[in-house]
Amino acid sequence: MTKTPILTVSNLTAIFPDNNGGLHALDRIAFEVHPREFVCVLGPSGSGKSTLLRILAGLLPPTAGQCAFSGGENPRIGMVFQQANLMPWRSVIENLTLPLELAGMETDAARVKARELIELVGLGGFEENWPRDLSGGMAQRVAIARALIHDPDLLLLDEPFGSLDALTRERMWTELSRIWQRRQKTVLMVTHSISEALFLADRVLVLTQRPGRVKLDLAVDLPRPRNDEMRYTPEFGQLARRLKEAIG
Amino acid sequence: MDINSVKKLPRAIQESRRWLGLASLLLGLAAWWAAARFGGLPSFILPSPWQVWTRFLRALSDGSLLVHSGVTLLEVVLGLLGGALFATVTGYLVAKSRTLERVLSPYLVASQAVPLVAIAPLLVIWFGPGMASKVLICALIVFFPVLVNTVVGVRAVPAALHDLMRSLRATRMQILLKLEIPAALPVFLGGLRIGATLSVIGAVVGELVGADMGLGFLVNVGRGQYDTALVFVAVFTLIVLALVLYGLVAWAERRLLKWQGT
Repeated sequence: MTKTPILTVSNLTAIFPDNNGGLHALDRIAFEVHPREFVCVLGPSGSGKSTLLRILAGLLPPTAGQCAFSGGENPRIGMVFQQANLMPWRSVIENLTLPLELAGMETDAARVKARELIELVGLGGFEENWPRDLSGGMAQRVAIARALIHDPDLLLLDEPFGSLDALTRERMWTELSRIWQRRQKTVLMVTHSISEALFLADRVLVLTQRPGRVKLDLAVDLPRPRNDEMRYTPEFGQLARRLKEAIG
Repeated sequence: MDINSVKKLPRAIQESRRWLGLASLLLGLAAWWAAARFGGLPSFILPSPWQVWTRFLRALSDGSLLVHSGVTLLEVVLGLLGGALFATVTGYLVAKSRTLERVLSPYLVASQAVPLVAIAPLLVIWFGPGMASKVLICALIVFFPVLVNTVVGVRAVPAALHDLMRSLRATRMQILLKLEIPAALPVFLGGLRIGATLSVIGAVVGELVGADMGLGFLVNVGRGQYDTALVFVAVFTLIVLALVLYGLVAWAERRLLKWQGT
């Protein structure tokens, strides 16, 4: 890809104050993300993956370094968290319209867009349900739809399927990769699962143990659409081994 | 036993439970009647249910009951609204600022340690025997439970939802309106429900100390004239007043918190 990157992270460092000279979470991280790229950030727990995502989302100021968006200062962010993080007092469709409401869109127009997204994630008919009626997988699909609805410049996923059971999780991979191909978004996803990264990503960044540093930047050139069979191919096996070695 | 009878059983029990409440009330009434009839007590000690009922009708027809109930209701509602409003604003600020919490906490704790019944005479001396002192007493008694519940409610808003709002670049006002208020509402309304009944108590305490109107005043009049039936009428009216207010808040809770389910 020769296009200009949508996101340039340079020299990014995060140190949390503690009683022992500070907790070094990220150490001079640098990488670029190109438009419509699906990048996975992989690393052992405590490698500062989530910290990186929180800085990119603007939830945390970096100690040093910067992340620059090509679109300007304030990119639109769609974020999916480890838990679905829905507002229990809002129905499914009201949860979806939240980002549009915050941007000042009228209710009717927002609802039209929300219905589109509900269809996209396969939850037609559940518009007026309360979040408590949804299963974990359904709730997380609502969360993905909510992260897409305001047409964000960058989609940030923080181990979005970590709390789901194995079967649902693998169904969600297929779902997410279908949605991603339809919507053509730039995605940065944090995960600790090698299969998940190889199933979804164009590129995988491996972080080291704390303080997190980019240890490996691996292009995943497996053909799309990817399916279960692909996991038993030698190409997949080789990539998986390289990632495993890098994680250590 | 077929399937139908199994399904019907819980309903039958439910039905009979509803009647149990009514039956218990009737039994209590009968016991009261029997005590008045056969207890050998004079009616200025224990009037019979019938005497109370006729006294109620008389107070109703000469208009005095409505006037005094109206005064008490107005004091209760004004005190409840004023106290709850002040408590909500203070509670929100305390929830948001640890510094403010430190500054205010000695006063808040002290205000809880002072028995309101004891300072009610002081408030009547300062603000007169009219409605103002009663409204103030109501507001003071409502303040603390609403304040505590506001603080707890606002502090319990999930941090992850704050993250969500910030990742969507929500303004402070949007965070208040679309996150903090709806998230804190269940706990807040719980405080308001307690406050509603306390407010009735506050008004009566104030009126007993010194007043020329209100149901508490009516209790005093009845006592002074050995018109014990009137005391009963006033007390029952107060009970109804408190139950109606409690019911109103509970109704609002059910309407506003539909999402919680049953």
